[in-house]
Amino acid sequence: MNVVMYEDELNQIQVVVDKLVRDANARVVCIVDKNGQLIAASGETENLDTTSLASLIAGTIAAMGGMAKLLKENEFPTQFHEGVKANIHIQLVGNRVILAVIFDSRATLGLVRLRVKRASDELNTIFEALAKRIPHGSDGAPFAEITDEDIDNLFND
Amino acid sequence: MSFINYGQREINCKIVYYGPGLCGKTTNLQWIYQRTAPEAKGKMISLATEQDRTLFFDFLPLSLGEIRGFKTRFHLYTVPGQVFYDASRKLILKGVDGVVFVADSQIGRVEANMESLENLQGNLAEQGYALEKLPFVVQYNKRDLPEIAPVEELRELLNPTHHPDYEAVASKGIGVFDTLKAVAKSVLTELKRGAGA
Repeated sequence: MNVVMYEDELNQIQVVVDKLVRDANARVVCIVDKNGQLIAASGETENLDTTSLASLIAGTIAAMGGMAKLLKENEFPTQFHEGVKANIHIQLVGNRVILAVIFDSRATLGLVRLRVKRASDELNTIFEALAKRIPHGSDGAPFAEITDEDIDNLFND
Repeated sequence: MSFINYGQREINCKIVYYGPGLCGKTTNLQWIYQRTAPEAKGKMISLATEQDRTLFFDFLPLSLGEIRGFKTRFHLYTVPGQVFYDASRKLILKGVDGVVFVADSQIGRVEANMESLENLQGNLAEQGYALEKLPFVVQYNKRDLPEIAPVEELRELLNPTHHPDYEAVASKGIGVFDTLKAVAKSVLTELKRGAGA
């Protein structure tokens, strides 16, 4: 089964991450799916390789999930890493997606935690609605019309 | 599990390079990275040990262009090949859309290839995937070395169901893009098939 994201939900998610950047005084907020695909980002992303960041965030969540399993835990849903200038707070939301907040001395961990909690609830509602929508939608409909020629054309150098 | 983003008109697919230790998975990605136009690729990330052995994964994002107004992006991953990193391999296979099995053609590595292929099948099965049903391409690598097994023999052992397969010398780029194109094409064809079903 493919993961499908529609414009409505993407806009709703963007509103949540934009708000979280402001409310938490964060530098960057990212939403990443568990397979490492970046879904949305907000904040100072211009000079940040968000694609690589997304893949590594998913990697650490996957690794912690693996550790949890070995320790007979369900998940370790929250991670916090403290650097000299930047800190990162990573939260698994509804076991579906990952919410990462990068912040500096303008914010505190307490504030970030508080705001992440609220944003997680909002995101959960959006992703639940999205999950329910998929069976009714036409999963990958535009791709039914792809021709072999379209695919070949991608590889013409 | 492709990620179709209607909001940004993008489709993202995950391809995993699998195979025994030192078979050339990372070398495949390095060649692709070196020979791809800057605008079509992101940074290549390698989580490796001090001895340059893959510890967790290598990651390379590629953009192939547009199909019907949708940007097609492929995320290429390698797994760590060494036997004891099995827990990490399982994690990297999550959500995979297509698999490349890189075989080491040297006679001395035939068993390691078979063991790795069995490990791939087992790890996929744990996640409810069947290798036969996934887009799958086999690459017989290191064809320039002495003491290599004939391709027919490797094919019989590693690709009895006749998925696309290619001979390669990844360190010189031979067969690298043929393999990538074959798996990408197979993933998109599968997506088309899934959408039409």
